[in-house]
Amino acid sequence: MSLAKPVMRGLLGKRLRFHLPIAFALSFVAAIGFKYGVTEPRKQAYADFYKQYDAVKEFTAMKEAGVFESVRPSGE
Amino acid sequence: MILVSKMMLRLTAGRVGSLVARRATVALTTNSARMASHEVAQTVDMSQPMYVDRLDTPLPDKPYTDVLTAADKSLKQKEKGPWSQLTQEEKLALYRLAFHQTYSEMKRPSAEWKTVLGGMFIFMGFTGLLVWWQTAYVYPARPRTFDEEWQAKQLQRMLDMKVNPIEGFSAKWDYEKGQWK
Repeated sequence: MSLAKPVMRGLLGKRLRFHLPIAFALSFVAAIGFKYGVTEPRKQAYADFYKQYDAVKEFTAMKEAGVFESVRPSGE
Repeated sequence: MILVSKMMLRLTAGRVGSLVARRATVALTTNSARMASHEVAQTVDMSQPMYVDRLDTPLPDKPYTDVLTAADKSLKQKEKGPWSQLTQEEKLALYRLAFHQTYSEMKRPSAEWKTVLGGMFIFMGFTGLLVWWQTAYVYPARPRTFDEEWQAKQLQRMLDMKVNPIEGFSAKWDYEKGQWK
């Protein structure tokens, strides 16, 4: 008995038709996941930080700790 | 060979007259001449199909045995008939005419792994000795920035500067309580 002739053409097209939608879908899911898992929380964290930020208070604290070269702590 | 090496030692010591040197070279040449007449490499015609025992080549380009004895030739004639008439020994003999090693013989385990592992460990050990010598004789003095005290002062300075205060380093430090969150 003879075997059926194997498929000789359109192999790449068949593979692409199968894999490309999956690839696009997974990439989209990864991007959405990164946006709502990483970037949105980060934006919120920065917003919350600067809502209660007093620049002068922070500067004075750093000055007293002695990290600056142009202005020394009030004791010296 | 020991005699030759002793002569070589005398040569390097410089106490040799030309006589001993000639004796040494004569001994060397006779040795090599004897070796040349005994062991000549077999030349193989690579343009002809060759037999090879390989796991990935189940049917080599030619059978193993080239010259068949009369018994072999008669067996080959019998092979042309129905194979059910061949005895087990005849089948095995025909196999051995066509092939050198069976698959299980090709795949037989060897003790080579011990040599490999042993060589690996020898070289790794030698490298360890080199590294040890290097730490003693090559490395410069240890920088002061590695001291515990310096590292603690460095850490305090990073907290004073408020390095990454939003999501990173200083965000994890509780400034009111003076401890990690």
